[in-house]
Amino acid sequence: MIGVEILKLLRRPRTWVAIAMLNALPTLVAILVSVTEVGPAPGTGPPFLSAVLTDATLFPLAALAIVLPLFLPIAVAVVAGEAIAGEAQTGTLRYLLVRPVGRAHLILAKLVTVVVFVLLTVVIVAGVGYVVGQIFLGQGPAPPPAVTSVASSSVSGTALTGAEVAQRTALALGYVTLSMLGVAALALLLSTMTDSAIAAALGAVGFLIASTVLLGLDAAQAWHPWLPTRHWLAFVDLFRDPILWDDVVRGVQLQLGYFVVFALAAWANFATKDITS
Amino acid sequence: MIRTHELTKRFGRVTAVDRVDLDVREGDVYGFLGANGSGKTTTVRMLLGLVLATSGTIEVMGRPMPRSGRSVLPQVGALVEGPAAYPHLSGRANLALLEAAGRGTRRRGRRQRIAETLAQVGLDPDDRRGVRTYSLGMRQRLGLAAALLRRPRLLVLDEPTNGLDPHGIHEVRDLLAELRAGGTTVFLSSHLLAEVEQVCSRVGVLDQGRLVVQDQLDALRGPTGRTVVHTPDTDLARSLLDGRESATSGQRLVVSDPDVPHLVHRLVAGGVRVHEVAPERRTLEQVVLQASAGAGDRHAGAASPPAVESGAS
Repeated sequence: MIGVEILKLLRRPRTWVAIAMLNALPTLVAILVSVTEVGPAPGTGPPFLSAVLTDATLFPLAALAIVLPLFLPIAVAVVAGEAIAGEAQTGTLRYLLVRPVGRAHLILAKLVTVVVFVLLTVVIVAGVGYVVGQIFLGQGPAPPPAVTSVASSSVSGTALTGAEVAQRTALALGYVTLSMLGVAALALLLSTMTDSAIAAALGAVGFLIASTVLLGLDAAQAWHPWLPTRHWLAFVDLFRDPILWDDVVRGVQLQLGYFVVFALAAWANFATKDITS
Repeated sequence: MIRTHELTKRFGRVTAVDRVDLDVREGDVYGFLGANGSGKTTTVRMLLGLVLATSGTIEVMGRPMPRSGRSVLPQVGALVEGPAAYPHLSGRANLALLEAAGRGTRRRGRRQRIAETLAQVGLDPDDRRGVRTYSLGMRQRLGLAAALLRRPRLLVLDEPTNGLDPHGIHEVRDLLAELRAGGTTVFLSSHLLAEVEQVCSRVGVLDQGRLVVQDQLDALRGPTGRTVVHTPDTDLARSLLDGRESATSGQRLVVSDPDVPHLVHRLVAGGVRVHEVAPERRTLEQVVLQASAGAGDRHAGAASPPAVESGAS
């Protein structure tokens, strides 16, 4: 069933349109930065962007930082919000369930598919970011990852080898994927509650916007550690020397917490639901 | 094959299905009749485990539903409230996805099975166009193909001829006859009396959530004990029948006497010209209308006396 769902995801034109759009903004940023050579002052703007003028190998991370706060979660909310509600809308949900596909099994397959979508998206964004970085910002060919010479500098200013950059980039991709678990499971929960895919997606995005607003509000200080968007950009810490694990670990724990709660709620709601679509 | 006991579904304060006892036997083509909103679709959805009953029990192939859905449903083909497909994929790709979903799928021979089933319902297996370009009739055929794909023992069809032209309806009728001959039990939900009358062996009628009639079609349409006489000489005929005629309209007399040969003899001997003399039978339409009219009284339905007006000769 998981294979069928992933096949459905990959055969949908919309999946690729979403990924293409997610790549458009970082590419535009790369072009603008390379043409004007005006980067944001260090410490402002998206993470890594000030660094990419001198080091194009960090551009994949700058690209992720650009899409992470808004574009990526919207894409995830759309795909996950569509999961059940979209099948209900086309009427295919009833035919899946009488195949029969178990309801818990279907929820699981949909969750896995959303995670696959996120992973696919971040890998492509990072990959395109690398290529774009080399074209517009790079000087000469990239050093092979195995070379132990100094290839990049960490955010802390110390040197990182090419292998270290590759390793930490992979860690960052994993972290960004995990960061999307909370919103994915919430959108899926909403998707089991309504027959409108758009409503489910918007509900999940609304939740994230609320989280972002509360993060900027000092009066909500007590809630800050629990807000789902709190640690999203903590993957920057993976590029400090030594790696600053605290926020990364907290971010993963928080996302897994949201994921488990929302996924169980989605299952509980869907397991006994009357399918009238 | 399907057996329900006191099956009831309430949505909030509305009782959609009210203590229904269905009895569908193996090999039946069972016509499930009822007006729109009578609870047909809700009943079908409960049989398939899509909607959960408020109370009552369901057995399909001798096993409780929805608990045994995992073992029962692979042997059931269903078309529920219209076909559905992913619009950007071809009919063939849709069937392939559906076939790969869930348990008990055999990878071997899948392509061939899909091509055969598409041909069986009159669709071109090599059509690469997306389903979004399909006409209503083609979608309906694809829905039928999806239901037939696993060669089910029980076929649950909800309004299968919806959107089909007369030619297509005829094909579906032939298909059902073929399936029945092959031993498939068919549960056909419809509001089209003619459709049910032509293909079904057994009939259940749902009215406002209640099953008001359930019997063999032949028994329901049995002779009423009266005879219909078509004659241009109505006045003369009436005088010969000394008050036994119960209704006259135009050249048509209804006589309260089942003895056709005796009547013919009497009328002809009396000089009446006769077009046709035949036992009166109730049409399914009469059965349904009458059962629905008597639904207020639970025990009305088939047991009440036949309607006064006309029957086919």
